[in-house]
Amino acid sequence: MSNAEALRWQEAALAAALLAIDPDGIRGAVLRGAPSLARDAWIALLRGYLPAAAPCRRVPAQIGDERLLGGLDLAATLRAGKPVAARGLLCDAHGGLVLLAMAERLPVGTAARIAAVLDEGVVTLQRDGMTGREPARFAAVALDEGIDADEHPPSVLLDRLAFHMELDDMHRHALGADAPQAQAVASARARLHRVEVSGQMSAAMCATAAALGIASLRAPLLALRVARAAAALDARTQVDEEDVMLAARLVLAARATRLPVSQDQDSEEPQSPPPPRDDGATNDSDAARPEGPVEDRVLAAAQAAIPAGLLLQFQSSGRTRSQGQAGRAGALRRSTTRGRPAGTVKGDPRAGVRLSVIDTLRAAAPWQALRRREAAHTAIGARVAIRREDFRVRRFHQRSATTTIFVVDASGSSALHRLAEAKGAVELLLAECYVRRDNVAMIAFRGSDAELILPPTRSLVRAKRSLAGLPGGGGTPLAQGLEAALALAEGVRRKGDTPVIVLLTDGRANVARDGTHGRVRAEHDTLTAARLLRSAGLTSVLVDTSPRPQTQAERLAREMGARYLPLPHADAALLSSAVKMASA
Amino acid sequence: MPRQRTMHGGAHSPCENPSIRRRHPNRGQYDVPASRRDENDAAKHTCMRDAARTPAQMSMRPIYPFSAIVGQEEMKLALLIAVVDASVGGVLVFGDRGTGKSTAVRALATLLPSMRSVTGCAYACDPAAPAGLCELCAGVKKAPASQGVPVPVVDLPLGATEDRVVGALDLERALAQGVKAFEPGLLARAHRGFLYIDEVNLLEDHLVDVLLDVAASGENVVEREGLSIRHPARFVLIGSGNPEEGELRPQLLDRFGLSVEVKTPDDLDMRVEVIRRRDAFERDPQAFLRKWKKEEEALRKRIVAARAALPSVSVPDALLRHAAALCMRLGTDGLRGELTLMRAARALAAIHGDTEVGVQHLRRVSAPALRHRLRRNPLDDAGSTVRVQRAVQEALGAA
Repeated sequence: MSNAEALRWQEAALAAALLAIDPDGIRGAVLRGAPSLARDAWIALLRGYLPAAAPCRRVPAQIGDERLLGGLDLAATLRAGKPVAARGLLCDAHGGLVLLAMAERLPVGTAARIAAVLDEGVVTLQRDGMTGREPARFAAVALDEGIDADEHPPSVLLDRLAFHMELDDMHRHALGADAPQAQAVASARARLHRVEVSGQMSAAMCATAAALGIASLRAPLLALRVARAAAALDARTQVDEEDVMLAARLVLAARATRLPVSQDQDSEEPQSPPPPRDDGATNDSDAARPEGPVEDRVLAAAQAAIPAGLLLQFQSSGRTRSQGQAGRAGALRRSTTRGRPAGTVKGDPRAGVRLSVIDTLRAAAPWQALRRREAAHTAIGARVAIRREDFRVRRFHQRSATTTIFVVDASGSSALHRLAEAKGAVELLLAECYVRRDNVAMIAFRGSDAELILPPTRSLVRAKRSLAGLPGGGGTPLAQGLEAALALAEGVRRKGDTPVIVLLTDGRANVARDGTHGRVRAEHDTLTAARLLRSAGLTSVLVDTSPRPQTQAERLAREMGARYLPLPHADAALLSSAVKMASA
Repeated sequence: MPRQRTMHGGAHSPCENPSIRRRHPNRGQYDVPASRRDENDAAKHTCMRDAARTPAQMSMRPIYPFSAIVGQEEMKLALLIAVVDASVGGVLVFGDRGTGKSTAVRALATLLPSMRSVTGCAYACDPAAPAGLCELCAGVKKAPASQGVPVPVVDLPLGATEDRVVGALDLERALAQGVKAFEPGLLARAHRGFLYIDEVNLLEDHLVDVLLDVAASGENVVEREGLSIRHPARFVLIGSGNPEEGELRPQLLDRFGLSVEVKTPDDLDMRVEVIRRRDAFERDPQAFLRKWKKEEEALRKRIVAARAALPSVSVPDALLRHAAALCMRLGTDGLRGELTLMRAARALAAIHGDTEVGVQHLRRVSAPALRHRLRRNPLDDAGSTVRVQRAVQEALGAA
């Protein structure tokens, strides 16, 4: 067992204790990684810190609103002859713990419902004829088993949960390390409301968050709550620098989007801070530390705790973190089990369709008096007489959405022009696609590689930002472009959407799959990739962008089973309407 | 664990069931015994209003005061304008996470002065505006008794079902008594007040459809389960959300009079102040509320004064021409842009205590009034705010 791991576990255990001290303020944690002993041990530890009677509820990612928030209890309603509410999981978890299983699969809508409850501490129920507000304060622990960098729980939830931790790589011997005593946690909880934070400490927290490029103000707020809980755990009533440093490590480090500007630059820029710094060193003792150094120390503490590799993904892609999360969440939203409700119709609930309880009861309700009178003769004793003609079943719009994947040749001299057209077309399509519930994605290939510039999204904001920094020039690795498109298309299909590939190229490949230059091999590889696409049975369009249409592009279109569209002078509007026609 | 229907906490508060129990002039068949009618009316009345005060009074967490919100001037201004002149239309607040979007809307609810409503009317009809009366009140010949009630600020939670939004057959009465009675939904409750939807871009499509229709017509028409009911539902729509989670449907976007973009403050001092106040509030909400009581009271007075002054604020012809020129330059569709621009500028003048709308007012409201009405130009990388500002400079000259 390495010492570093024991320290990490100690810190994680401390986080569990702090969360148990102030679940209402710290709100929860995100545990990223595959199921592991460490994860289970952490949850067990947290439950041990919470009061003995605290409930713990597990929420599956595909939970429906009636279980999450509450709804009508059919069995009880029929028994009682009047509407009886069924409590949702979130109300049941009041005063305890909510475990969000497979949180990376959580639809953004569900996450937003949970976030609203976290914010208000109550479930606002407006469902199935019932109105009410019921307290639901709990700590939420999101179990994030995402693997790819952009496979995350929805950011609406990430933003609200204080701790973001990775525990799966921890060795089990490390789990024996010291953890706070449950007794200490309980007395800290009682002490919490007396803990004070000086203005200097909260300023240091804000400065650290800003220096790490954390935009949301929830992060420093959560960190302050953590610092306060840490002071309470240490039996103090004043938050000190150690608490703030701990909170910055636990809350801010994992949210960093950039490294702070280096110290040299920093000390040159502001002219005013240095003098008090000197004063503080000479006149005051430790009691009143000058503002500058506290911030620096907190920042250094947070910086040291930034997980390795976290910043790498921003530096390489130039994207900020929130963008990476958002589009992903949007794409996951549509689940085939739910679909889009489109009212209810009379029908038989046995054929695999969902019975709409409330509408069935409503249909039956007006006839109850009459039926009871009838029933008096036949001696049927049901409290509520429901007949077959009352059954109402839910109807869903099951139309699967289309994801248009633009594969753009960004190579060579005319790339810039072509790219502008493609960008324009993407944005035009996006502007219209909200109504159709469609997504757009974009892959660019140039040099020796293909890159996913825009993961499937419906957000114009995000698309514009991603497309703005798209570079052009270099060789033409057409084969890689096609392979990337195929991989993405298959992912889209797995999610239940229909992919449509739009390839913009002149068809002249000159970089082979292994990255070597050479026309012959490159073309061979391209045609192989094209056949793969065809055998996958994907709808595709090839837009020939060369000034004079080439036979190469036409042949490529044939091989990949694509519709061939020579558009030498296509502008964005023409392109988008051509794509719409072709993929219709 | 099945639980009784009352979710308010009290065992059997009169709010349990806000159903309509008066005889309807057109629907005599859904009758209620005369002896029960009056007591039900009284009970229902308290109930409706209490429920309408949900965010302000029944929340489990105290509400952060509006005047203590740091920065976000445009958002605050847009909300105040909507309060002073409801005809401006709704407010859409779109932007970064953790910028206090919902805080501001919930805080607004506590600021609103009360309004008069017809006693016993489930839709809180305005006794002074005969045109907006529901079918029940319209049938009454003599002047109705009225009373002061709080302006409703109704939350439309994401998980709401359609029956609770538009209203539906009252299940409890139907099951127990076999009576077809209409139970009004959130749209009825929001009448003459505000309807707030957090994460509005995540609202399910069929609810958006309902909202679009009602927001345009000001009337809710219910045709379901053999009920045929129409009642006025004029409310100020307030939506908030984060654009990265998906765009808003253009038709819904159009229903909002003003649109505000909120960004996280990048000024460190401001950020520190936000954190400080929020922290003080969370630690001791009651003390914090006491500290801000005076400011809140002053703001409330300003709202009342602005409302009273609004009809007497004049709009010079030159200003209307300016507004028209601005809209033409931006190529906004229809007249809604100009109308909103004029009304918002007038409300702003009233808030400032000016008697005439000036160019400075127009300048201030042009971005929130117009930025969501621009035609999308995919090849123009400039954001809509920049485009509006550019047009303002060209049409009105530099500030």
